[in-house]
Amino acid sequence: MFEALWGWPPPILDPAGPYAASVTTLAWALIAMGVVVTAIIIAALWAAIKGPPWIKSRLGGKMAVWIGGIAFPGVVLTGLLIWGLTLTASLTQPITGQEMRIRVTGEMWWFRVQYLNDAGQVIINDANELHLPVGVPVVLELRSADVIHSFWVPHLSGKKDMIPGRTNLLRVEASKPGEYGGVCAEYCGGPHALMGFVTVAHAPEDWRRWSAARIAREDADLPAPEPRNTPLPAIYTDVDLPRDRALLGDPQRGRELFMASGCGACHRVAGTEANGLAGPDLTHVGSRLSLGAGILPNHRGTLIGWIGDSQSIKPGNRMPSYDRLSAEELHSIAAWLEQLR
Amino acid sequence: MGGGLAVAMLTACKEVPGPRYVRGGADADKGLALIKETACGACHEIPGVDWPKGRTGPSLVGYDDIGLIAGAVPNTSENLASFIRNAPEVKPGSTMPPMPVTQEQARDIAAYLYSLDDGDSNR
Repeated sequence: MFEALWGWPPPILDPAGPYAASVTTLAWALIAMGVVVTAIIIAALWAAIKGPPWIKSRLGGKMAVWIGGIAFPGVVLTGLLIWGLTLTASLTQPITGQEMRIRVTGEMWWFRVQYLNDAGQVIINDANELHLPVGVPVVLELRSADVIHSFWVPHLSGKKDMIPGRTNLLRVEASKPGEYGGVCAEYCGGPHALMGFVTVAHAPEDWRRWSAARIAREDADLPAPEPRNTPLPAIYTDVDLPRDRALLGDPQRGRELFMASGCGACHRVAGTEANGLAGPDLTHVGSRLSLGAGILPNHRGTLIGWIGDSQSIKPGNRMPSYDRLSAEELHSIAAWLEQLR
Repeated sequence: MGGGLAVAMLTACKEVPGPRYVRGGADADKGLALIKETACGACHEIPGVDWPKGRTGPSLVGYDDIGLIAGAVPNTSENLASFIRNAPEVKPGSTMPPMPVTQEQARDIAAYLYSLDDGDSNR
């Protein structure tokens, strides 16, 4: 999340979609005009103090007020208003209802993400990650489950509040594939500063493949894939692994521990008895780019650290620290979660 | 005569060991950048990392003074680099998993941990 929000140029000046680009263009125009006007004022000030008498008398005359005080700002500001509104007209185009829809709900302190079909029914459940096809305008239904949050992906659009009891609509579009960080931009208590997500823009065919696989996993009659004895996911390909793979946990036991520890009361894993809705959906947690709502990279170490003591990482978040789990139990649970891709 | 003996005794003594360092050179600055990128802080409190300061694993404050890595193997630079990379192999049963870093990167991280000299290396 942080790499995606920092860097040079700053994300707000580095648009990756048409709705952000127009605002960035406007911002640059305003900055340039501010520089020009400041230069004129400094020059006039210098002339008024140090300049020859004939310039001073002209600056003090009525004509200077008519030109510099009324005509110049009148023409420039009117022109700017017309240009600015034309430039950003796409931001206020009415939503037709034909656009692809994704519902994003702000929760303390993470984002619930649900993909909707044409009938408005949820077809994919996810959390803290937003997957978009490149070049397609997507309408986001922004909601809140508790307090006011604000949805902001600086590379893609301006901010929009998520208000309890309301549905705010925001149109976003990515023009090139990539990962774009997002944050909650409205103080929402506690670990607000650690409430983020990642937006992933895919090439259209990649996105179709992605969404088809996700929709298939939502089938209520389809059991979750059986835990397999694969060592570790791809991030570890260039890594030394212990010769005794048992030291990395047993995914089958991890699944049993997950259920026995009550994780399923808050978390859902499609196709298992874990059907909690209070916390982020974990059906695809293994493929997620981040943990803890956009704040940590996703690997075995952060997974264990989060489960073992999430309160020291994100103080006040609603997941208790599972500091009663042993090393072997933590490894086993993590080994199973990594396979939920 | 007495002075000569004192000098002889002093020179005969081995120097008090200084802070630990990584043999063959390693880049502590790179190590800190890697620590942040990998989010070692998810489990460890590490000076120079403002957030996170996880508590699943031990604090690494003053790590150059620690005698045994994870209470198990001598805190030498090679042992530490190997442990960072593949902890369960060095200490079976370790909660710390293998980390996605190369041996060279692990040495840089070790160099950073050894640079956390709190000026109290001889206690």
